[in-house]
Amino acid sequence: MTALLLRDLKLSIRAGGGALIGVLFFMTVVAVIPFGVGPDLNLLSRIGPAIVWIGALLAALLGLDRLFQTEREDGSLDLLLMQEHPLVLVVLVKCLAHWLANVLPLVIASPLLGLFMNMDEVAIGAVMLTLLVGSPALTFIGAVGAAVAVTLPRGGLLVSILVLPLCVPVLIFGVSASYAAVEDPAPFLPPFLILTAITMFFAVLGPVGAALALRNAGD
Amino acid sequence: MTESLAITKFSDLANPTRFLALAARILPWLSALTTLLFAVGLYLAFSTEGDYQQGDTVRIMYVHVPAAWLSMMCYSVMALSAIGTLVWRHPLADVSHKAAAPLGAAFTLIALVTGSLWGKPMWGTWWVWDARLTSVFVLFLMYLGIIALNRAMDDPSRAARVSAVLILVGFVNIPIIKFSVDWWNTLHQPASVIRLGGPTIDGEFLRPLLVMAVAFTLLFFTLHIMAIRNEIWRRRVSTQRRMAARLAGREG
Amino acid sequence: MRLMAENLSAHRGEDLIFSNISFNLRRGEALVLTGRNGSGKSTLLRVVAGLIRPAAGQVEWRGADGQKGVNAAEACHYLGHRNAMKPELTVAENLAFWRDFLRDMEGGSGVTIGEAAEMVELGAILHLPFGYLSAGQQRRMAFAKLLVAYRPVWILDEPTAALDTSAEALFARLIRAHLHAGGIVLAATHQPLDFVASQRLEMKGFQYADMEEGI
Repeated sequence: MTALLLRDLKLSIRAGGGALIGVLFFMTVVAVIPFGVGPDLNLLSRIGPAIVWIGALLAALLGLDRLFQTEREDGSLDLLLMQEHPLVLVVLVKCLAHWLANVLPLVIASPLLGLFMNMDEVAIGAVMLTLLVGSPALTFIGAVGAAVAVTLPRGGLLVSILVLPLCVPVLIFGVSASYAAVEDPAPFLPPFLILTAITMFFAVLGPVGAALALRNAGD
Repeated sequence: MTESLAITKFSDLANPTRFLALAARILPWLSALTTLLFAVGLYLAFSTEGDYQQGDTVRIMYVHVPAAWLSMMCYSVMALSAIGTLVWRHPLADVSHKAAAPLGAAFTLIALVTGSLWGKPMWGTWWVWDARLTSVFVLFLMYLGIIALNRAMDDPSRAARVSAVLILVGFVNIPIIKFSVDWWNTLHQPASVIRLGGPTIDGEFLRPLLVMAVAFTLLFFTLHIMAIRNEIWRRRVSTQRRMAARLAGREG
Repeated sequence: MRLMAENLSAHRGEDLIFSNISFNLRRGEALVLTGRNGSGKSTLLRVVAGLIRPAAGQVEWRGADGQKGVNAAEACHYLGHRNAMKPELTVAENLAFWRDFLRDMEGGSGVTIGEAAEMVELGAILHLPFGYLSAGQQRRMAFAKLLVAYRPVWILDEPTAALDTSAEALFARLIRAHLHAGGIVLAATHQPLDFVASQRLEMKGFQYADMEEGI
C-alpha cells in the first residue's frame, strides 16, 4: 500500500505538473471573479470565502476523472483488481495520493487568494482550515464519479456533472464555517464539526462506492 | 454458479417474457383507473373553493405536491431496482431503473415548474432559494446526471450496473443534502417564506389532494411499466439486428 | 496444486462469447489457446483471472496442500495486451512497485529486479523511463514483472505480440523454466510458441444457433 501511495505521488509530480495546473486553474477562476462583480473591496471581502471555496471545489474536480482512467488505459487496473488487498483500501490509498498531490497545493495556495479578496486574517485562516478538513470529502466523493465513468473516453465533464450535486453539503458547511468564524453571532464549531463528520462519512462511502463501480465496470 | 431456490423462483417471476405477458394484461386496467382518478381528482380540485388568501392559485398545489412526492418515490423505486441489479444481477432490475430515471426527471421538472408558477403570485418572484425548492432542484440535477451516464455507455448491462452504484450513492446522500440545505436556508433566510399549504390543511383541500396523489402514483406505475416494456422490446430488436449482422457475415 | 475450470460461459455485452469450457491443470502443465480473432481467447483468460464474471461455471484454485484457500485470481499473474507499466517512471521503479504491491505468494519467491532484467536480457537499461523503450523492449520488461513476484499460475494473452523471433525464443525459454519449476501456464497465441504444451484448446467462437433469448 505504501508502494502504491509513493508511486502515485511520484507519477503526479512527474506527469507534467498536474498539481500545478490545478493551482493555476484555481487562481485563474478566483482572479476572474472581480472582473465579473466589480472591484468593490467590501463586496469582495464579503463574498471572498465563498469564492475561494467554489474555486477550490472546481479545481479539485479538475483532474479527478483521470484517477482510474490512466490505470485502466495501461492495464494496471486489471492487476490492481486481481490482488487480495481489499479494493476499498486500494481506492482509499489512491484518493489519499490524489489529495496530497493535487488538492493540498490548493489549500496551501488559498491564503494568497484570500489576500486578493481582501479577506482579514481570521477569515483567511478559517477558509484554509475548512478547506483542509473539507476537501478530502471532495476527493472521496469524486472517486465514485471517476470509477463510474472509468470506461468513458471523455468522462471528465460527466464526472463533474455527476459529482457536483453530491458536493453541495461539503460546500454549504465549508462556507458556513468560514463565515461563522468572521461573523460574531454564528458559532464556528457546529458547522465545522459537521464538515468533519461529512468528510469521515465520505471517506467510507466514497471508496466503497468506487470499488463497487470498478468491479462492475470490468470488461 | 449455483443459485438458491429462492433466487431462481424470483428470477422466474421476473422473467422478461412473463413480465411482458403480465404487462399486456394489466396495462389497460391500470391506464383506465388512472384516467378515472385523474378525472375525479381534477373535478374535485376545480370544484373546491379557493383559499381566501391565495385565491385560485392554490389549485396549483393539486399538481405540485403530488409531483414532488412522486419525484422522491421514483428515486426510491430506482434505488430498489439498483439493489436488484447489484445483488441479484437481474436484467429486469437493470431495465427498471433505466426506465424510471426519465420519469423521475419529468415529475421533478413538473414539481419545479409548478412551484415556480405558484411562487410568482405568492412570493412575487419566479424562484426563491427555499430549502424545499433547492433540494428538489439538486435532485433534478442528479436525475439528469444518471440519464447522461446511461446514455454515454453503449453496453447496456454494464451501464446498468455502474449507474446502479451511482443511484445508491446518491440515495445515501439525499438525506445529507436535504439536511445541509435546510441548515443553509435557515442561516440565510430566517423563516420568512410561507410554508407550503399553511399550518393546517383543511379537509376541503385534503380530499382532492389525496385523490390526485393516488392518481399520480398510478400514472407513474403505468408509465413505468410501459417504459420497461419498450426498453425490453428495444433490446430484443437490437439483439436480433446484431444476430442478423453476424449471420450475414458468416454466409458472405 | 491445481487450477480447474468447470463449464465456463461468458457474455460480452449482449453476446454469448463461449460456453461450457472446462479444463484441469496440474503442476508443470500448460494450456495453449488457439483460434481466430474474436473467438473468445482473451475473454476466457480474463474470466480465469477474475476480471470478468462468468455467466455460468466457476474457476477453482487448490494450493499445494490441496485446500481451496484463496481465489484463483490471486494465484495468477496476468499479462494482458497492455503492459501495466507507467511510461513516466523508470523501469526499475515500475518493477519495484509491482514487486512491493504484488508480493510473493506462499510457496516461492521472486528474483530481484536486476536478475529479472538480466533474464529478459535487458539488464543495462533499468534506469531509463519505461516510455523511452521500444515496443519490443517494453513487452520484455512487462514480462520481467512476472519474475519479481512469485505466482504459481501465469496467464499470458498474446505474450509475443510485437516481438522478434529471438525474443520469442527467450519467452519460450522462460515459460519452460516456469513449468519445469512446477508452475502452470495459460497462454493465448497466434504464433506457435516453442514450448511443450500438455493441453491445447481451440476456441471456435460461439455457435449462434443455440443463442438464448437475450433480454
